[in-house]
Amino acid sequence: MNRSLESFLQLLGRAPRKPAKAELSPEVQKIYFYKKGEKVTKAQLEALHDEHHKNSKNKWRKRRWFTLIFVNLLFVLSYSLDIQLLEGALTASRFMGFHMADLNSALQVMLAHKQVLINLVIGISTIFILWFILGGRTFCSWVCPYHLLAEWTEKLHLWLAARGLAKNYTFHRGVRTVFYIIFALLALLTGYTVYEFISPTGILSRAIIYGPTLALIWVAFLLLFEVFLSRRAWCRYVCPIGITYGLVGIFSPVRVTYDMTDCKHEGDCRSVCLVPHVLDVTIKNRSTDVEIGLGADCTRCGLCVDACPTNSLNFEFKGLSHKATKPEVERSLMPESRQQQTETKEQQS
Amino acid sequence: MNQVTNDNPEQKTTSKNTIKKKQIARGPGRRAQEARRQFLRSVALTAGITGISLAGFIPLKGHADTRLIMRPPGALDEKDYLASCIKCGQCVQVCPVNAVKLDDLEDGFGLGSAYINAREQACDFSCDGLQCVLACPTGSLTHILDYVKDTRMGLAKLDKPKLCLAVAGKGFKGIARGSDYNGVLRYEKIDRWNPIPLKDHPYDVEICDLCVQACPIEQRYNQCQDGQYPSGDKNQCPPKRAIGLELIEQRNGVKHMKPVVYDGCVGCGVCEMICPAEQAAIVVDYDQVTKLPLSAEYINKSKGHS
Repeated sequence: MNRSLESFLQLLGRAPRKPAKAELSPEVQKIYFYKKGEKVTKAQLEALHDEHHKNSKNKWRKRRWFTLIFVNLLFVLSYSLDIQLLEGALTASRFMGFHMADLNSALQVMLAHKQVLINLVIGISTIFILWFILGGRTFCSWVCPYHLLAEWTEKLHLWLAARGLAKNYTFHRGVRTVFYIIFALLALLTGYTVYEFISPTGILSRAIIYGPTLALIWVAFLLLFEVFLSRRAWCRYVCPIGITYGLVGIFSPVRVTYDMTDCKHEGDCRSVCLVPHVLDVTIKNRSTDVEIGLGADCTRCGLCVDACPTNSLNFEFKGLSHKATKPEVERSLMPESRQQQTETKEQQS
Repeated sequence: MNQVTNDNPEQKTTSKNTIKKKQIARGPGRRAQEARRQFLRSVALTAGITGISLAGFIPLKGHADTRLIMRPPGALDEKDYLASCIKCGQCVQVCPVNAVKLDDLEDGFGLGSAYINAREQACDFSCDGLQCVLACPTGSLTHILDYVKDTRMGLAKLDKPKLCLAVAGKGFKGIARGSDYNGVLRYEKIDRWNPIPLKDHPYDVEICDLCVQACPIEQRYNQCQDGQYPSGDKNQCPPKRAIGLELIEQRNGVKHMKPVVYDGCVGCGVCEMICPAEQAAIVVDYDQVTKLPLSAEYINKSKGHS
């Protein structure tokens, strides 16, 4: 099936599907075959991980948190110090005078008001191009302040859950699509930007810039819900902003790609991921190609890239970045039969 | 190392067996049961979040056309204003006197949209160019509005004549709103560019006319009479006066002064802000703003335009 369509349907809530054997490329089938007898211990995985992330523990998370805080700080400083670089809030702003409008907020406004103003069109175009290039849901993990708070409270949730003090009730992912339709219809029918009333992104962004508000109680409630009842519930099951930017990112050149060659299929990546269904391909016999880009729902947060012990997950800018050649270390861990195979291959080429 | 490899397969097989046993014990319907539970939870979540989002209606109930709070210059009528406002606060950022504030949770769907509390800090147009209107990315503050004189945020009225010092025949000496008050106004004669705190500008008048003195429209009107156009632009000249003290004769023959609001009033609220009485004797009526003559003109224009 067409990868983009599959990625679109998964964004809307469809569960990833296990491909039939015939759908796997011959090369992939070969590699899976050689992996059959492979046994990897935890110690080996840790050694691999240390080797790969010797100098850069949580490299992408550090970069991302820095970016997120920097962008939000730029909003604050632009106002409080009056440097006027980035005026407004995340819902709509001006970067050095140039209009930018959050796509979801703009959508709510247009549906509610049923009119479009030229400034808003400029703002929408800028933001559309920006996030199309940068990867759509990149907005979520690299800019949205709620994401950062939720990331921190997720740690608390996991800590509590490990001790039986919190539960992770899951919901059907399709419910987010239902919310998307509900909020679009509500804006259209009531004439009010209903979603903006409960959007933690807007509430937080304004509170950071203009000072605390009562509405923060709602944000706190959401975080508590996530801590005790459902891991990352808002981002996973509710937020329509995620769908909007997910749609923008379907054809984005920036994405995380998965190379199954060296993957040990231990699942470290899936355990840290906000949207683990995009990493379904990392399960044994799920990847149809040797190298495969992750779906549109991926927020490009890079946690999986940091977590992967084998460098099987990497950021890619389609058409720009060339994959680095594989370090020799992994060779030693390959089953002998495969080592021979790759060697003969190299000789041939 | 050997031990580890020996132990592991054993553990794995035992755990695999227990899983199988559990599955058998619970029957094949377990997955379906979990799916059903998840579905029900999802329905509950949908209902819950949607319900909460609709709570934004509560403060609006029955007020779709009525303004509950004063909005910045150029605001469309309440329903359109709330529909079109993208809640970004750019109007807040450009206001030189910090008159523009943002609605909070108790304002329902207004959450994040701009309002002005004139008694705390009125818009005195010290930006000269309607900066909030220019900043608005969605035209909630209509871009049709070009000049201060065409604004209509409301209409001032003498709400409590009994509190009015002029009506009582009194003057005023001192700081208009006391030394604890933090509001600012721009006084052209003191500093053309920067507003100063009200508490730094004491008054001394024989009959209190602070509302007339401070009125930005009156000031512009008078400048124009003197041939000095505001910002050097004749278009800035208000066509009509906004407020003045008039000598009123009561039925019993007693004469007293009284502030009278004229057609030129734009409802900025500076009179309400500066009124030295305990409660403002003069206030701005903003609830029926869209039915007022001047505003109707630009709101109709804006509807036809965009």
